[in-house]
Amino acid sequence: MNFTSYEFILLTGLILVVYYCVPKRFQWMFLLAASYGMYASAGWMCLVYISITTFSTYLAAVKISKLSGQKADYLKEHRNGMDKEARKAYKDSIKRKQKVWLWIALAVDIGLFVVLKYSNFFIGNINALCSGLEQWKIIPYTEFLVPLGISFYTFQSMGYLLDVYNEKENAQKNYAKLALFVGFFPQLSQGPISRYEDLSRSLYCGHEWNAETVCFGLQRILWGYFKKLVIADRISIGLKTILAAPEQYQGIYFGVAMIFYAVQLYADFTGGIDIAVGIAQAMGITLKENFMRPFFSKSIKEYWNRWHISMGSWFKDYLFYPLSVSKTMLRISKKSRKLLGEEAGKRVPVYLTTSIVWFCTGIWHGASWNFVVWGLANCAVLLVSRELTPVYRWCHQHFSLEKKKWYPVFCVCRTVVLMSALRMFDCYRDVRIPVRLFFGMFTENNFSELWNGGLLRLGLSMADYIILLCGAVLMLSVSLVQRKQPVRKTVSELPYPVRTALWLLLFTAVLLLGAYGQGYEESQFIYNQF
Amino acid sequence: MKKKGVRLVLTMLVAVLVLWFLQRLLMPKYMSGIPEGAMIAEYYDSEKIHDVIFLGDCEVYEAFSPCYLGERYGISSYVRGSAQQLIWQSYYLLEDTLRYETPEAVVFNIMSLMHGEPQNEAYNRMTLDGMRWSASKWKAVQASMLEEESVWEYVFPLLRYHTRWQELGAEDVKYLFSRDKVTWEGYLLRVETKPVTVIPEPIELPDYTFSGYAMEYLEKLRVLCEKKGIELIFVKAPSLYPHWYEEWEQQVDAYAAEHGIAYYNFLELAEEAGIDYRTDTYDGGLHMNLSGAEKLSDYLGKKLVEVHGIPVRTGEETYQNVWEPKVKLYHEEIEKKKSGVPEYE
Repeated sequence: MNFTSYEFILLTGLILVVYYCVPKRFQWMFLLAASYGMYASAGWMCLVYISITTFSTYLAAVKISKLSGQKADYLKEHRNGMDKEARKAYKDSIKRKQKVWLWIALAVDIGLFVVLKYSNFFIGNINALCSGLEQWKIIPYTEFLVPLGISFYTFQSMGYLLDVYNEKENAQKNYAKLALFVGFFPQLSQGPISRYEDLSRSLYCGHEWNAETVCFGLQRILWGYFKKLVIADRISIGLKTILAAPEQYQGIYFGVAMIFYAVQLYADFTGGIDIAVGIAQAMGITLKENFMRPFFSKSIKEYWNRWHISMGSWFKDYLFYPLSVSKTMLRISKKSRKLLGEEAGKRVPVYLTTSIVWFCTGIWHGASWNFVVWGLANCAVLLVSRELTPVYRWCHQHFSLEKKKWYPVFCVCRTVVLMSALRMFDCYRDVRIPVRLFFGMFTENNFSELWNGGLLRLGLSMADYIILLCGAVLMLSVSLVQRKQPVRKTVSELPYPVRTALWLLLFTAVLLLGAYGQGYEESQFIYNQF
Repeated sequence: MKKKGVRLVLTMLVAVLVLWFLQRLLMPKYMSGIPEGAMIAEYYDSEKIHDVIFLGDCEVYEAFSPCYLGERYGISSYVRGSAQQLIWQSYYLLEDTLRYETPEAVVFNIMSLMHGEPQNEAYNRMTLDGMRWSASKWKAVQASMLEEESVWEYVFPLLRYHTRWQELGAEDVKYLFSRDKVTWEGYLLRVETKPVTVIPEPIELPDYTFSGYAMEYLEKLRVLCEKKGIELIFVKAPSLYPHWYEEWEQQVDAYAAEHGIAYYNFLELAEEAGIDYRTDTYDGGLHMNLSGAEKLSDYLGKKLVEVHGIPVRTGEETYQNVWEPKVKLYHEEIEKKKSGVPEYE
């Protein structure tokens, strides 16, 4: 169910009311029923798929945890009767058994995820590759229903399983509780990808009605809707016009599209996360923040530490680090040092691991090559900037850049422009188009389109632009104010009539200026599709 | 605690008031340009003493004049019609009418049988927005909605019209809390004349059978009338297009014969009723103008009294008190409109 559908809003309100009417010890059960109910509305098969993932994760985690317990008991019992080697041999034998369970569950989780989400991608590529062969029969595309949020709940489940395997977490023995962790409805469609350690603290315990918490939650939801409906869905009208006709909209229009998409994606994704976090907060449940003012980042690396934090940290913790210290990578490192020398050789495994991680990040976002290119382009920028570190250092030393007031602003702008340009790979399936259009910006001299009415032919009126400008300024202001303390906290310190009027004004703005209902397509959140 | 409670209630009250005001402001008023949108709501202002209720689409609200029927035959009637009113909407409008009064007869224009599924959101809104809330309205909305529509936009029209702030005009302020009359007991008065010159060729249909959905509502309409002791009468206004197919006519004939329902097809009775397509339509044959409507009313009025036994109320005090002023104003309006109409060339 889409966050912006009337049904979702109504049901969420109803769930919130019932949640606080249910005795505290049953609240988590009610949440599970509500989450599954919501999820079933997207199709019964979605429930089947999420249940398979949950069950395989649950079973493997319980087995792994049991083996860990066995190991601990055995070692304790035979503390004095075993030498170091016997202890190691015993530990290895247990680890092997645990690994079997881990791989079985990962195979099920990843297998289901890949089959449902990537089958047609593989089929398309195989057909394209083999189309030249004689007697090649085109493989028909599958018609699998891709469950809503499969990328999010699969990663969340795998993260939990790996935490249990690494003995950072104890396995959840109650299946229903794990099912709630995997299927908690606010985060199901577009994250954040929660860690069991974080979410379980507040997910299962009962919560008493707390007017302030509920109010803060509702206010966050409202702010999320403002970003999504007033800004993201409005600007998407203009963006769609440009993207739909790359031959017609070239030159400066590509720059306009870059800005539009940056604003849309930020408002859309952070808006969705605000709604998810707000719903959870209204129920007393804490979801981790997924953004930390990413557009104030001074470098790409910093940007990726502040944008979609839960995904970035997932890849770092569960892919980058394990890969970096894997036996294969250590072997590669050894060989490359031998072949290329110490300095160049030690870079090889880092580059390789980073490329694998960014390849996975790219393909996680979408089952098409443009997303892969987008991921690898990010990787390239990161690695190049790493290689240029000595150059930067030299510049800083000789020109005292860090002392210059304009330098941080320059860095922020550079990051925004770079990220906005890279992000355009998201928008075109054919990766040659954004590359051509990007360079076209510098060769096609049509800057006059910015003031000769060209922008008003994109499906947006002057009123739309004014709303977008005001909305963007408001978003920016909130981000700036937030650096000290949450805006909601600041507002709550104002006199009652003033703060009430402010929230009512925001509510009215969403209601009147939101791009929803007749005449607008009910648009999914962008990250819903990932 | 008590103070907080009072504060919360007051806040909610203010919020509801603001939303109510915004809804009133943003909802289209239909006072000029497209008066069809204001027709359904007008019924609730009328005195509910009607012996005949007309139901149907534009063909009916521009073909029969209750004021004429009242003046000429002493028949108290009302037209509950609206633009592209679908048969299920007519049915639920009758249900709605029965909450206020039970007429002697219902005259239903059968043209809407041609539609077997919801057609157009704008027309839906024009018919349904004006209906007062009741179970009938809820059911009418459910039956009429297109896939992209939401019932919540009918419950809270602000959700539907929230973008109208861009087109607000003086009319929206003027009619914020009041409205003018746009019809004469449901009859939309048109005095212009545009003779029939060309009749478009009828298009061939893949299937001429009325849809099961439309027939289901026709049956419901009949059963409801039967249950309430109301005589159901079918009419087909003499509009020359959209084309009324012979196959459709046969189905209506068969249904009417099976259930003993009187059926007046004015396409066939046009000559008898005195319809002159050079002078009696205002849009080249689609709809009747005042002249055409009064001719049809004259014909049907006579039948209603003589064949169907509709009471003649002339002389009855209640009737006189209600209808005399209306008829007087009706004539004044006709004069006013006629004086402002340019000659058709």
